[in-house]
Amino acid sequence: MAAIEILGLAKTYKAGFWRSTQKCALKSLHLNVADGEIFGFLGPNGAGKTTTLKLLVGLVFPTGGSARILGRDIDDPWVKAQIGFLPEQPYFYDYLTARELLEYYAELSGVEAKSRSGKVERVLHRVGLGDAGGLQLRKFSKGMLQRVGIAQAILHEPKVLFFDEPMSGLDPLGRREVRDLMEQLKHEGKTVFFSTHILSDAETLCDRVAVIHQGELRGVGAVADLTSSVEGKVEVVWQGNTVPAWIKALDAECHLAGDTVRAVLAEHHQEAVIDGLRRERTKIVSVTPVRTSLEEYYLGKLKPSEAAAGVRS
Amino acid sequence: MNARIWHIASNTFREAVRDRVLYNLIGFALLMSGAAILVGQVSIGIERLVVVNLGLTAVSLFGVVIAILVGIGLVSKEIDRRTLYTVLSRPVRRWEFIVGKFFGLAGTLVVNTFFMALGVFASLLYVSHHFQRSDGWLLVALYFIVLQFLIITALALLFSAFSTPVESAVLAFALFVVGSFAEDLRGFAAMAHGATKWLAIGAAYLVPNLSALNVISSVGHEQPVAAQLVIANTAYALLYAGMVLCGAVLIFEHRNLK
Amino acid sequence: MKPSLQVTRIASILLVLCIMVSSLVLRRVDRIRTGATLEEVLYITSPKVLKRLSLGYDGLLADVYWTRAVQYFGNKHYQGAQKYSLLAPLLDIATALDPHLVVAYEFGANFLAPKPPNGAGMPDRAIQLAEFGIRNNPNAWQLDYDLGFIYYMELKDYPKAAAAFAQGSKIPGAHPWLKLLAALMAEHAGDLETARLMWTTTYQTTNDRNVRANAAVHLRALQVDEDVTKLEKLVTQFREKAGHLPASFADLQAAGMIRGTPVDPLGHTYKLMPDGRVEVRVPDDLPFIQEGTPPGYRPPRPKFLPTD
Repeated sequence: MAAIEILGLAKTYKAGFWRSTQKCALKSLHLNVADGEIFGFLGPNGAGKTTTLKLLVGLVFPTGGSARILGRDIDDPWVKAQIGFLPEQPYFYDYLTARELLEYYAELSGVEAKSRSGKVERVLHRVGLGDAGGLQLRKFSKGMLQRVGIAQAILHEPKVLFFDEPMSGLDPLGRREVRDLMEQLKHEGKTVFFSTHILSDAETLCDRVAVIHQGELRGVGAVADLTSSVEGKVEVVWQGNTVPAWIKALDAECHLAGDTVRAVLAEHHQEAVIDGLRRERTKIVSVTPVRTSLEEYYLGKLKPSEAAAGVRS
Repeated sequence: MNARIWHIASNTFREAVRDRVLYNLIGFALLMSGAAILVGQVSIGIERLVVVNLGLTAVSLFGVVIAILVGIGLVSKEIDRRTLYTVLSRPVRRWEFIVGKFFGLAGTLVVNTFFMALGVFASLLYVSHHFQRSDGWLLVALYFIVLQFLIITALALLFSAFSTPVESAVLAFALFVVGSFAEDLRGFAAMAHGATKWLAIGAAYLVPNLSALNVISSVGHEQPVAAQLVIANTAYALLYAGMVLCGAVLIFEHRNLK
Repeated sequence: MKPSLQVTRIASILLVLCIMVSSLVLRRVDRIRTGATLEEVLYITSPKVLKRLSLGYDGLLADVYWTRAVQYFGNKHYQGAQKYSLLAPLLDIATALDPHLVVAYEFGANFLAPKPPNGAGMPDRAIQLAEFGIRNNPNAWQLDYDLGFIYYMELKDYPKAAAAFAQGSKIPGAHPWLKLLAALMAEHAGDLETARLMWTTTYQTTNDRNVRANAAVHLRALQVDEDVTKLEKLVTQFREKAGHLPASFADLQAAGMIRGTPVDPLGHTYKLMPDGRVEVRVPDDLPFIQEGTPPGYRPPRPKFLPTD
């Protein structure tokens, strides 16, 4: 059974002074997320990622379509108890302490009174805020707030988690911790659906991803499958002031600057180019991968000419 | 359901009580009560009257300001700052949220009124040196002031459910002013003709009738308050607040939280 | 996730119920409070202080006090009150806040001056108010008229009345009858015709509904007085000619003394009594009449008749 089934979910806003113009935030979306997978929802700002999440979590009402979580329609109140939501750049009640906040959330989620404080402590430790439980939230840094956000989402041990840009505002260490946490959640059998525009995170974490742009689904599939279809590029920099013809023939983009040449070419040409340059005794300065394959795939999907609405996974 | 409402209410209370703005305003109210002593000394013989009038008016006005400012914070600011998202994604019904918030703020205002009233009674004791039986009527006046707060809070909540914090505050305050002149509005309506008459009458009944809840000067003149009026005012305040809350629930239920 | 239909339905029903019931409760509150309100209203009795407190919104506040004055008088009048102690202060405040509120002076002239229960019985206050009005509104001839009216109706001071009318008649745009009234004061002040002219002038020139209604009532009363006097004279003439009293108006008709059955201003036929007196059919509907009432008649609580 799919953990999340999105069946043609759509949202159009009425905008403008007289509410006369239509603004389509999400065109009919069809998507399935399997039980226990980490699913990445990729797209630039304004693509419809947050709208989708809000639709699934019940903050916004769809103008078309429906969705099911764990087999039940999202209208069903039972569903709310099974999900956890982390909004983008969360902000909490200034004057409560972290512990009080989490206790409040636990109460609202129906966690039994006797197990409440225990769960709160455990989750505080889990997100690395074990010492900050008694501090008022207005004193928290952005990164700490993000952790509190994650804490409140997993507190009541929901089966499905929705994270909106979970890495935003975190330093590299923080991001690593969140990635680890998400892996742990997956091992615990939970389903994680998160939106991001940091592709490297998606590449390492996700089982499957979807790309959304201008409210339309542009592509969906397992990371491995998608990246295998696109080749990466590599940048080779060497000392010289000409570009050999045989390199030009490889369809490389070349730049000359001073006494160095930079050439960007397909990954599979890498070995050939390096051998060729060494044979000519040219000094190679660096060989760097330019873009990841997922990035290529992603950028490719953002071009309007390749729009493929409603692709079923 | 009830448990959730209680949790929301107590959380709201806790959050409100820790807001510094609250203490500043209470402080001002207490200051006014103290100042009343000075003002009263300017005109001999009516110190008590001035303390009662100035003190109770301060409680009433500052309380309204608190009701509006903190009330606005309840929903409007929460949406602005997204604290609401994490609450509503839980098994909490939207109407439970509104009702819980209302009770939380109502509780806060009752506690505030208690402390501000202490200030008034302290000043009164200072100028009169002992309490009279007629001072008991002050409690009725304070009760009416609390009823007034319930109405204003409900209104603040209603406006917060659909507009920005600034707009909500302005609208709530405007209704407070109009509501204080509601009887005159009905007088105007009675003198109007045709279509304007019906519009004016409609407006006059929809606007909160706060003048009926103001017995400050009668109490100042040591006049009793009819028991019938207490009952009728209680019923009116509860019904009016109830009506406004229904409106808030309706709006909030259908609102997209962008 | 969709908005819950159940919640929507319940909240809507409750909303409508609360609106209705709260309106009903409000009316109850009003009834309990009618006495109390206005006493509180005048806690600040000094118009000067009030003017300063109004923060420049004098006009609005003046309108508020003017409205209250009208409501106050109307309510008390309906109850047949003998004291209207708050009318003068309310009008004072309204005119202090807005000295150009001409209707307020008119109202004062017509209802501050007469004796209770038709007025507050304070002709001197009314004169003070009118004179204040004249000072602040030199082009408002209505106020000179009102001043003259007070002197004529309540104080019976005909020379002063004449002076006021004469003053008013000089103002451009004044009602042409002011000059006439000034002249009449000298010789014909007590005449019914003069009174009728006076009330007609008031009726034609006022903008206030209550003042107009009051004038209409008085005009009707004058008409009745005139009718009854004339009819009773005709009855006497008939008796002198025929030797006995007429049995009904038909007899007078037959004798060619009247045409058709005589009818009072409200459309009811007059009654010819066996002793030759003429009476109105429904004296309660015609306040202020001096003639045509049955012996021992006591007028009920006054009220204005509907729109004139």
